[in-house]
Amino acid sequence: MMELWQSFVLGVNELMPWFDGNVAAIVIILIKAFALIMPLLLTVAYFTYAERKVIGYMQLRIGPNRVGPKGWLQPIADALKLMTKEIIFPSRANIYLFLLAPILAIAPAIAVWAVIPFDEGIYVTNLDVSLLYVLAIGSIGVYGIILAGWASNSKYPLLGALRSASLLVSYEIVIGFALVTVVMIAGSVNLNTIVADQQGGMLNWYFIPLFPMMVIFFISALVETNRAPFDVVEGESEIVGGTHVEYSGMTFAVFFLAEYANMILMAVLAVVMFFGGWHSPFEGLGVLESAFAWVPGIVWLLAKSTFFMFLYLWVRATFPRFRYDQIMRLSWKVFLPMTIVWIFVVALMTQLHIGPWFA
Amino acid sequence: MINGIKKLAKNLTLSELRSGMKITAKEFVNTKITVQYPEEKTPISPRFRGLHALRRYPNGEERCIACKLCEAVCPANAITIESEMRDDGTRRTTQYDIDLFKCIFCGFCEEACPVDAIVETQIFEYAFESRDGSIMTKERLLKVGDDNEQVIGKIKAQDAKYR
Repeated sequence: MMELWQSFVLGVNELMPWFDGNVAAIVIILIKAFALIMPLLLTVAYFTYAERKVIGYMQLRIGPNRVGPKGWLQPIADALKLMTKEIIFPSRANIYLFLLAPILAIAPAIAVWAVIPFDEGIYVTNLDVSLLYVLAIGSIGVYGIILAGWASNSKYPLLGALRSASLLVSYEIVIGFALVTVVMIAGSVNLNTIVADQQGGMLNWYFIPLFPMMVIFFISALVETNRAPFDVVEGESEIVGGTHVEYSGMTFAVFFLAEYANMILMAVLAVVMFFGGWHSPFEGLGVLESAFAWVPGIVWLLAKSTFFMFLYLWVRATFPRFRYDQIMRLSWKVFLPMTIVWIFVVALMTQLHIGPWFA
Repeated sequence: MINGIKKLAKNLTLSELRSGMKITAKEFVNTKITVQYPEEKTPISPRFRGLHALRRYPNGEERCIACKLCEAVCPANAITIESEMRDDGTRRTTQYDIDLFKCIFCGFCEEACPVDAIVETQIFEYAFESRDGSIMTKERLLKVGDDNEQVIGKIKAQDAKYR
């Protein structure tokens, strides 16, 4: 046992010399990653259940209610079904790229979570450039979709991949500009600092001076995560299933996981950027503040992001799909000019020290 | 000009999107109309044309007199009847088959029958697992009739005044 441990330590030192024999640090990181990924995947599973329920309710149906009490075991049954299904490889497709694509989709979707601050001092890692990290890693996810479309050797996936690539190009800029305004107010690209800067009650949250940016960020997040009404990448009725056409079983499930993990990430990001992250909405309200002082910050963060996750489903249940050129027009002719104008407005407000945000 | 500004303001405040979302939010809390099928069922009209049955008179005598009017009227040729003279001198069927694969459930046989022998019931859950299950023989038809005579009598009485 002892020898095994020593060889493990030696192996770690060999592979990662920068840890300098500090195996405990690696174990702690692994535990942190596990503590993050397990609840995340569970949330994803039950988010799919919530989606079916919410959309069902909005369409006057009652949604899944057969598997387990009130259908609570439905996501588990779905997962089991997908796991036991055969993975079909299209003939003359590049199997290596075909299998690499789902991995490339899910890895960034999970890796981004490393820098999300859940509470004061609760994060996997505290990067000084965490916002840049989020944007950079987040955009890698689209490689998975593009690669999936290319490796499938099939026409509809290729069309989906092309659409996905052009959507990313258009909306990554919009999201970037929208978040620049946040950075201008906070004066930092560290998510912890951004949240800490919004301390002191609801009036200090950034969604008040940046309300249009918040709306634009949310809509762009819908596009980035390929959600209805911007789901032209899948485009069920136009291009069958887009990049997912040739994927079955677990490979499909991984794409699914990535999409939902990204949705939850965008919801949490919206809260972190615009709605005061872990801060209680009752801060600075005297009696209410002390009455809710016992609630840990992570609960507030999750409660606020739950609202945004609900908004995703609400939007999906309400609107029909945008036409492809309409999405493009929305990005280049509406959102981009608006964000650029708002950057100047924010710059002006910063110079004039307006409100509690630009102190 | 004024209209243009109005339209711009309407677009920027997302008013149409908000009214759409208001509708879905309203339906979200509305009473749901789903019928949980195996446990709950929607009401069935007395005129519902389901599985066939052959009825009997209250004294146990079968009604069918082998007049073959149903066989003649059947547009799908689903009914096959053979008959002979019984010992008491009456004409009775020896074979009365309805092929459920051919039957289109039009109800003409029921309308043609002068003695209300062949009827269509409200039974619609009669899945069978082999192909020969599709032939409703005389025995099976009589059994359906015997098992459901109470219901059949009631629904036929309900509908009688409209015929």
